[in-house]
Formats: sequence, structure tokens, C-alpha cells
Amino acid sequence: MSNINRRGLLATFGTLPFAGSLVAQAQTPESAPRFKQISSRERIRQRYFPNLVLTTHEGKEVKFYDDLVKDKIVIFNMMYAKCDGVCMPITRNLLQVQKLLGSRVGKDIFMYSFTLKPEEDTVKALKHYAHMHKVRPGWSFITGSVADMELIRRKLGYVDPDPEVDKDKSNHIGVIKYGNEPFERWGGCPGLSPPNWIVETLSWVDWPKDRKAPAGNGGL
Amino acid sequence: MAYISKRNRRREKDKEIAAKNRRELIAAGFKRRDLLKMGLLTTAGMLIPKKGLSARPLTSAGFVVNDDPNSPPTTPFQENMPRLTVLQPVASLTPAPTIAPNTAAGEARTVAHQAFAQFPPQRFYEMSEQAGTVSMHPQLPLQTIWGFNGITPGPLIVERYGNLGSPGNGSVLLRLRNNLPINNGGFGLPSVTEHLHNGHTPLESDGFPCFFMEPGQFYDHHYPNVYAGINSTHPGTGDIKEAMATLWYHDHRIDHTAENTYKGLAGSYILFNEFDSGDENTGFRLPSFGDGQNPLTSFDIYMVFNDKVFDNQTGLLAFDLFNTDGILGDKFLVNGKIQPVLHVSPRRYRFRWLNTGPSRFYQLFVLGPNNSSKSFWQISTDGNLMEKPVQVTSSRFSVAERVDVIVDFTNEAGKTFYLENRLEQDDGRGPTGDVLGAGQGDKILKIVVDGPVVADNSINPADITQFYGFPNTADPPRITRTFRFERGNGQWQINGQLVGNCNNIRFAIKRNSVEKWKFQNNSGGWQHPIHMHFEEFQTLKINGQAPSNSGLITKGRKDVFRLEHNMEAEVYIRIRDFVGKFPLHCHNVVHEDHAMMVLGEINDVGDNKTQP
Repeated sequence: MSNINRRGLLATFGTLPFAGSLVAQAQTPESAPRFKQISSRERIRQRYFPNLVLTTHEGKEVKFYDDLVKDKIVIFNMMYAKCDGVCMPITRNLLQVQKLLGSRVGKDIFMYSFTLKPEEDTVKALKHYAHMHKVRPGWSFITGSVADMELIRRKLGYVDPDPEVDKDKSNHIGVIKYGNEPFERWGGCPGLSPPNWIVETLSWVDWPKDRKAPAGNGGL
Repeated sequence: MAYISKRNRRREKDKEIAAKNRRELIAAGFKRRDLLKMGLLTTAGMLIPKKGLSARPLTSAGFVVNDDPNSPPTTPFQENMPRLTVLQPVASLTPAPTIAPNTAAGEARTVAHQAFAQFPPQRFYEMSEQAGTVSMHPQLPLQTIWGFNGITPGPLIVERYGNLGSPGNGSVLLRLRNNLPINNGGFGLPSVTEHLHNGHTPLESDGFPCFFMEPGQFYDHHYPNVYAGINSTHPGTGDIKEAMATLWYHDHRIDHTAENTYKGLAGSYILFNEFDSGDENTGFRLPSFGDGQNPLTSFDIYMVFNDKVFDNQTGLLAFDLFNTDGILGDKFLVNGKIQPVLHVSPRRYRFRWLNTGPSRFYQLFVLGPNNSSKSFWQISTDGNLMEKPVQVTSSRFSVAERVDVIVDFTNEAGKTFYLENRLEQDDGRGPTGDVLGAGQGDKILKIVVDGPVVADNSINPADITQFYGFPNTADPPRITRTFRFERGNGQWQINGQLVGNCNNIRFAIKRNSVEKWKFQNNSGGWQHPIHMHFEEFQTLKINGQAPSNSGLITKGRKDVFRLEHNMEAEVYIRIRDFVGKFPLHCHNVVHEDHAMMVLGEINDVGDNKTQP
């Protein structure tokens, strides 16, 4: 699109200020694309879970999809260690959730808190945060490059359409996203919901009665 | 950590190129607003590719869901618009319906029918919520949807109120069975509860968000189809001024309504009576419904609008799983087909317009030759007849709102028209407020006046001086309550609170009382369609002014209040006859699923919470 000028652009898109309908009409059946056979699970992976290399608060390098999401029931939230807003009560809530879920956390259910401020939330800082809150295994605090953490934030929908509001990181901490990856069930709920309600909502994406959790999903 | 993935490097490079292009376009004399209008720029400032779409599907902040942001191209106006299939009653149900929940037989209901003995069902319906395969456009692959009886929109239920002297004759029972599959194909929760939207329905049958049923279960919904006031202000008959006409039904599963309705779980429902009779030779003499199918006898046509996104690689329906702001589709469907064609005869028609969302608002014009805008008559707000028809050039309706209109094609033989949405909307926050020029919006339906000449015994809407009139708003409210629709910590709230959980009943209305409610929207750029169950309200004031009875109609009986930017409204509501739990919520279904809901209860005590 170099050397563009107003006339050239109008010639390309016509004089309609809203070019949509015009372009839509210009399509013919012959130009219909050939569609690919890709499973919905694979498309969800491609859309939302770039396999970025991230680091846990225990210093372990992990891949976002392969290690954190694949074959698991997951709970996501966004945080940063020096947050003095609702981060604390949400963290306390999630501690209760972890307690209520018991031994399943780390077995087939995994909790991930992604930092919104990777520039200050080093592995050490997150480790300190996790220890301070007595977080148990199965719940990981995740950091990475600024660009990667920004991409994850956006992929998981922690965004505001107003760029000014979007800049304020404290606007991205209120919601928990949860899901069952192989089962393709996803949802969200407020981080300040009562812990037993969060556990209840999680049960809606739990494995069906006749289907056990996939074997060998290991853990971190 | 210095690691940057290859994918991210590409994105960063794309951003640089986009910024360069943007600078060049601005240097060439385009304003940011021009580019937004042309669909060349997202609100986040990214230039987007044009691939033959009629709008842009975006997640928040202009971020595209994947690297192929647009639905595949489809040629518009390829197929005829289907008329909705009319659901036929069944002779009986097995097992027979019971007042107490038939838990042993697999019924999910937990509360006994409260009005079953008073209004024994006269007719029975049965539907199965199940997966189905449909074609939405010939250039797209077949789609697996979830639908009532496996189709979307679901079958049209056409019922009649009992005559004023025999109200119980309208009573029906609808049995729904959950036969949804465990595997959802990418989105959808096979756990459902069905809400008859606008129905004056005993609340155990109303589709309370937490009264859901799981696969294999069934749920009996008792719809007495009686006018409000039947057990209170107008004993034995109900108030004819509370008559409803255009309703719809849809899934209302707590936290999962957006994906389930988007996947197809919505259908339509019409109520006739001796006035709004469905026969243009009787009553108000509105265009005949006929059998709902035969184009030579059926001139009352229900149109279900929704917008969807299709995966660019697979061509299959896609749902933005992690969006919390609102989802915009770039394909417009009417009765399950993308941009279809309707052939009409040169005569008057009643169109019933319903927007099922998920998040888009519409302002529809009837676009004629040479970018003319054909005027028409609006006769209802949310399916409730107005005082009388009002001539308009457009009608605006947000998610879940309905508008009934009369369009006169009598002198239009041979011409082509389009239903055109001119309301500009760039993201899930709501429309920008700008209305595009004629021919510059999205043409949703093509209407060709090439049908045979047929008799028209309907009356000219100009000659209708009154429908029912409105119920009085003079009785003093027992309480005035305020509901603030707002945002905090990137999360939706009402009065600073979350929906909480299913037991978090935040206010109680005394049965057979009157209340005044204030709806406030101070949250900047957002708009919200606010829906009350059970009884509709009348708008008293919008920003201190009386509602309008011309142009964009805001006066009338409503069950959805379109709470626009920085708006405050006062509405008047009577709650009568039945008891139970209900939700008050935003009907942008994405907001609804993310806690923009307050649960309440109707009982014989009530409470005095002014800001529940």
C-alpha cells in the first residue's frame, strides 16, 4: 500500500464510504474458497493458544499450549504482584478454590495466573508472591517476554476496546476464564465470585460421567 | 525473558506496516473517522484486509480473533428467505404432565406448577433440543447447529389467548427434552433452560437461568397465555391492554446463554386474540397470518435477524470464546439464511422483526430504488401493540427487542427493496450513534415485489385510530428502585455488584404491586439492552423527557429498555398474579453471561431495597 493517495484508494474501493456490501456483491460462486477440514479443537488451539515459551514462578520453561493447556481443565486469571486493587481478594478467592478442588489441582485441573507486568514480575517476584500466599502445587504464576504476555492477554480476551482504558492494567484483573481443553468447553466468571460458585461453574466443564480425564497429562 | 516467538515477530512487523500505512493514509487526506467508516481501520488502529464482507468481526480493542479475521466471502441474495416452520400440537404427552416435578421420569423442574389447576393446559407441544445440520449459505459448508427440533430459528409457536370470557382456553404446556450431544464441536454448553421472552408466565416455567436441565432430562413449561391482571387488577379476564403479540423463546443458561443462542437455540412465538386476530377480515384487520407458509395467503411474516462469524479456514460457524465485550458478526442472517431474498405480492404485509444478537443493534430502513427510503408503519414495541400505528422511515432495535411493522407494497409491483441496517457499530460496546446514509449500510434482506396480485382485505394503518390503549400509569409506585449498569475491574456490574450465584436473590417485589425503576448508564461508551422478565414496563422518562411517539419510537409497552450512552430512564412496572424467581439483565448476551444480571423474587411481602 505504498504511494497511496486518496484517488487511488477510492478507485480501489469505490465511492461508498462503507465498502462492505459492494465488495460482498462482487463475489461469485466460482471464487468461493475451498474449505479445510480442521477439527474445532485444533482451530481453538490455533486461535487462542499460541505455543509461546513462558516461565513459571518456579523458573521452569513451559510451552503455553503443549504444557499448560493441552488435555487439561484450566483456570486462567491475570494479575501482577504489586497490584493493590482487587488482585488480593481474587488471589484469596482462588486460594479457596484451590482448597475446595483438593487433590485434583495439579492432577487434571490446573490454575494459571498470568502477569500483566512481566517487566517487573520476574520469576523471583512471582515466586515470592506465590510463597507469600502459600500457593500449593498445581497453581502456577506465569511470566514471559512483554510481547508474549501481551499476546496472551489479548488472546484470552483481557482487553478493553477503549485504548485508554486498555492501557490501565488494573482493568484486566476482574475475570476468571476457565475451560476443559479436549472437551472444548469454555467460560468465564468474575474473580470476586464466591469460591464455591467458581467451583460450581467449573463443574459445568468437567469430564462427562462416562469419560475419565485423559491419561498421562502429567503436570508441570 | 528475551524470547520472542516467530509468530510474534511477524505480528510486530505487521503492526509496523499498519502504522506506516496509517500515516500514509492520513497524509493523503483521510481522517481516522473516514477509515473507520470504510472498514479499513479497526478501533485499535490496525488496518484490516477487505475480503468481501459486510461488516467486521472483531474482538475487543480491534483485535482480530485469529490471523484470518473475516468470514469467507458469500454472494448475497442467493436463496429465498424461509418462512418459519409452525409447530403443531401433539395429542398427548408421555408421561402425562404433572403439577409436581416428575423427577422420577427425568424431569429437571424443581418447583411445582403454580397455575396448572387454575388454567389446565388445553394443548400440548413437545420439542427436542438437539444438534442439527443446516445450510446457511450455498457457498459455505453445512453447519452443525443446536436447535429446537434441530432447526434454527426454532419452530414458530402460534397460539391464541382465550377469549376474554374464557381465559383458560389459551393455556398450553410445552415439554422440552434435552437431547444435546456431549461433544459441542467447539462451543456451546449442553445444559439449557428455555425462556419465553415477554411471556406472563408462572416463574417455574419462565426459564430462570439456574433452572437448567442436563442431557437426557426434560422440563415442562406451562404457558397459561393469560393477560396480566387475571388474578389481581382484572380478575377473571386479565387486562386486555396487556395483550402481547410477538414473543420469542431462547436458551437462558446462566453464564452460557451467548454461545447457546448463537449456536441456534432460539425460536419464535406469536399470540393472537379476537382483536389482533391473524385474519385481515376481523378485529384490527392486520395482514393475515394464514398458515404461515403459503405466500398467497400468509402476509404476516416473522423475521429473525442475527449476525454471525464463520471461520475463514473451515467455513464453519465460529464463536469468540473469550470475548466479554460483545460479539459482532460480519454475516447477516434472516430466518437462518445469510442475506436471503423475499418475494412479495403488491399489497400490505406485517413484518415481525426480532434481533437475537448476540450484540449488534439495528436500525432498519426499507431501501428503495435510487437510494430512496420507503416509509412504513410501526405498530408495536417489543411485540406489544402501540396506541396506534405511527408512520416512520426506520426502526431501531437492540438485542431481543422486537418491532412489528406494516409495509405497503401495493403500488410497488416490479420494484426491488432492501432491508438495510444503517446503524453504525464498530464493536461490542454498542452502536457509535452515527446513522449511515441511504445505501451505505448493510443490506440484510432483498425484497422483490414480483408475486401475483392477491386480494388485500387488511386495513390501511392510517385508518387505525386505536389498538388497545395503554394500561394506566397513575397508581402510585410502592417503591422506586435504581439499577446502575456499569463496569468495574474490566467486569460488568449492576449497582456495583456481580450476579454472584444462583442463590443471590437481591430484591423482592410484592406481588400485585407497582414499582418505578430507574435505569442508569454512566459507563461511557457502552449501551445495554435491559430486559425484565414476566411483565413489560412503560417508559415514563428518558433523560428527563417524555418518551417519543414519532421517529425512533420509545413510547410503548416494553420488556427491553435500550439504555443508550449516558442515559437515565424511568419505567413503570406492575408485577401481578404469580410468584417466583426472575432475572433482570443486560440482553447483550455476552454482557449477560459476564455477570450483568441481578436476580429477584416476587413474593407476597416484598422488600424496600432501593438499590438492589
